[in-house]
Amino acid sequence: MSEKIFSLNNRITTASVAALLVIAFIAALVGFVWLPNAHKTGAGSLWDAICSAAGAPARFQNASLPGEKAVFPTNVVVSSDMMGASTPQQVGHGATLALACTMCHGATGTSPAGTPHLAGQQASSLYKQLRDFKSGHRPSAIMQPMVANLSDQDMRDLAEYFASQRRDRPTPAPVSPATPRLVRNGDPMRNIGACSSCHSPNVQRPATPTLDGMNEDYLRAQLQAFHAGTRANDINRQMRNAAHQLTADEINKLARYYASR
Amino acid sequence: VLSNDSRRLVLAHFWVAFAAFFVALLLGEWQMYIRSPLRDWIGNPELYYRSVTAHGSAMGYVFPTLVAMGFGYAIVELSLKQPLVGKKWAWFGFFLLLAGVVVAMAPVSAGLSSVLYTFYPPLIGHWAYYTGVVMVVAGSWVWVALMSINLRVWKKANPGVAVPLPMFANLAGAYLWAWTSLGAAIEILFLIMPVAFGFKHTIDAGLSRVFFSWTLHAIVYFWLMPAYIAFYTLVPRAIGGRLYSETMGRIAFILFLVFSMPIGIHHLFQDPQVGSGVKFLHAVFTGMVSVPTLLTIFTITASVEIAGRLRGGTGAFGWIKRLPWHNPMMLAVAFSFILLGFGGAGGIINMSYQLDFAVHNTQWITGHFHLIFAGAIVIMYFAVAYDLWPHLTGKQLVSSAMMRAQLWLWFIGMIILTFPWHVVGVMGMPRRMAYFDYSNPELAPQAITVIISTIGGLLLVISGILFLLVLLRGHMAERITLPEFRFSQPVHAEGRLPVALNSFALWLALMIGLSVLNYGYPIGQLIALKETSVPAVPVGGHP
Repeated sequence: MSEKIFSLNNRITTASVAALLVIAFIAALVGFVWLPNAHKTGAGSLWDAICSAAGAPARFQNASLPGEKAVFPTNVVVSSDMMGASTPQQVGHGATLALACTMCHGATGTSPAGTPHLAGQQASSLYKQLRDFKSGHRPSAIMQPMVANLSDQDMRDLAEYFASQRRDRPTPAPVSPATPRLVRNGDPMRNIGACSSCHSPNVQRPATPTLDGMNEDYLRAQLQAFHAGTRANDINRQMRNAAHQLTADEINKLARYYASR
Repeated sequence: VLSNDSRRLVLAHFWVAFAAFFVALLLGEWQMYIRSPLRDWIGNPELYYRSVTAHGSAMGYVFPTLVAMGFGYAIVELSLKQPLVGKKWAWFGFFLLLAGVVVAMAPVSAGLSSVLYTFYPPLIGHWAYYTGVVMVVAGSWVWVALMSINLRVWKKANPGVAVPLPMFANLAGAYLWAWTSLGAAIEILFLIMPVAFGFKHTIDAGLSRVFFSWTLHAIVYFWLMPAYIAFYTLVPRAIGGRLYSETMGRIAFILFLVFSMPIGIHHLFQDPQVGSGVKFLHAVFTGMVSVPTLLTIFTITASVEIAGRLRGGTGAFGWIKRLPWHNPMMLAVAFSFILLGFGGAGGIINMSYQLDFAVHNTQWITGHFHLIFAGAIVIMYFAVAYDLWPHLTGKQLVSSAMMRAQLWLWFIGMIILTFPWHVVGVMGMPRRMAYFDYSNPELAPQAITVIISTIGGLLLVISGILFLLVLLRGHMAERITLPEFRFSQPVHAEGRLPVALNSFALWLALMIGLSVLNYGYPIGQLIALKETSVPAVPVGGHP
């Protein structure tokens, strides 16, 4: 028994190592290349498929966002008392500044042009979006130059002014049983919360817009942007996490539902 | 022949093992009963999970480890025919393990560690529970070292001689255990303990689960080793036959060593932190680990056929009738193979990445591992105890009818317990549930299956009592002069053995290499990944 074990001349050693390597190689080929490639959804390179099979987490954020902004969705600190008490002076000053907005958002904030209604929207919601446009956390070729020269106080006053305006629509009824299941219950199995738990007129969560009666195309575009990750100014990815799971059909339905209210 | 102090050592291991087994058996039946519609809900799920933790810890860590250790010590003296080296260390390992059992079970009984025997981070129990488990494992590591040392002593005295199959298999089990217990040890020492002691408040649950899976599958093969050693080295002799092929036995144990470790991620098929490719890889190697079992079924059935033909059996099936069915070892191996067949068939469903989705975390899984461990393996533990007992006590085992009744009851009870679990699992009943509201119309059809399982459990309790009675009566029987203990003889004596089949270096290298290949990436990636910890959930206190 003088034969060496760890030697290329030992047939048992070479045969068992080779057999193991062949099994591992074929299994890896099937598990890391063939199956992920066959199950691949959407575009993506072979390398992406291999990484996903290995369990390497993919970037969830849109890669085109600049680094710092990709990490922090906004630089606004949202809290229930972020706006403070509104004063008549603020509303007056805001009304003056709002002349610049009338072209698109309507004379008193109810938009005839497919842009969002601002009248009656929560002040915290309007203020946060203005700040995000200014800082670039919410990219927009139109809004960014509009807010570029506004001071923090200007943005607060604008928000208070529009919040004080009445929307030219009747106040919507509370959510009825006929509303879509996604709005009422969400879809827990897909980790989608109920839309109405935040976006109901009476919930009044800070920095959360009321969607009722908004333009359908606008709503659809925003959901699609959250879905793709190109809009990323939602704190804790609340909207991206929900919208990421939605199908195109569900996005259409939700946009139509909220637009019709 | 065993020396007197070795007899005491082995008996101590066996008796503590069987005591732990019996207490855990009673707990298991209690769980079945209170969960069934036969009585009102006890009102406090904490009590249930406390019991499940004790049941699993005793059955999973204490009972099989002690049986493997005691059997291993006996094998050294019986097969190598040399006195056991390091008896003091063996007793140290035994008492360390015993102390570990006490330290672990105290917080469990107090309701401070109802985390189940698989720990389930982010659940965090009392530190004493984990300390106790580590002591149990450390005690068994003493045994691993002693097995290796004793073989080395023997090899020095017998250069170039083939290691007897029982000792070779024993060492395969010991090395397998040493390597696979490392996963749970790392999980406890580096991930759980800092939280249990209060130094940290978050835990990387995903990484913890991957480390536990390192242990979780091969631990079953460690449990299984004494049973397989009995298949190859006790059964053919006990029923008057010959072992069909000793080389096949060596190959089977070598394959267990190489393949049973790097496959544990099939326990994490539904875990999101591991990639699907890694899961597929583990599924393929899980398929490979059925090979040594199939080899064993073939070899042992052939050996049993030899016994049947030696006793005058003829024809394709005539030899089965001629087998010594009154012999407890014959009954045990037949029952074990049937249970292994059903359990193995279920296991092949579990190992499929796709089919597992249907049964994951249902009672099906509970049914599967009870068939394999509590059925196929434990029934062979009984047979090993019956076979060794006269050589441990110096007295004859007299209650042959009682032994047969015990084995029959265990076999039937296990089928009645586990088959309804499989059915109800497919119906969707989740496992690890303390309570079911059977008045709910959707659950009502499942109620009857739980009652049937409870009856199966009752048969198992009766069988467990009979088992202890047989062994106790063995202590009280007449002293006899024992024949020399013999292991099975092969049909053809092994000629010159290649070094590779007589040593472990190559197979240990392949075991470690394959583990690194299959676990390296997921572990490395999860360690490197930031922000993967979740808040720990302390268990216990005030339910």
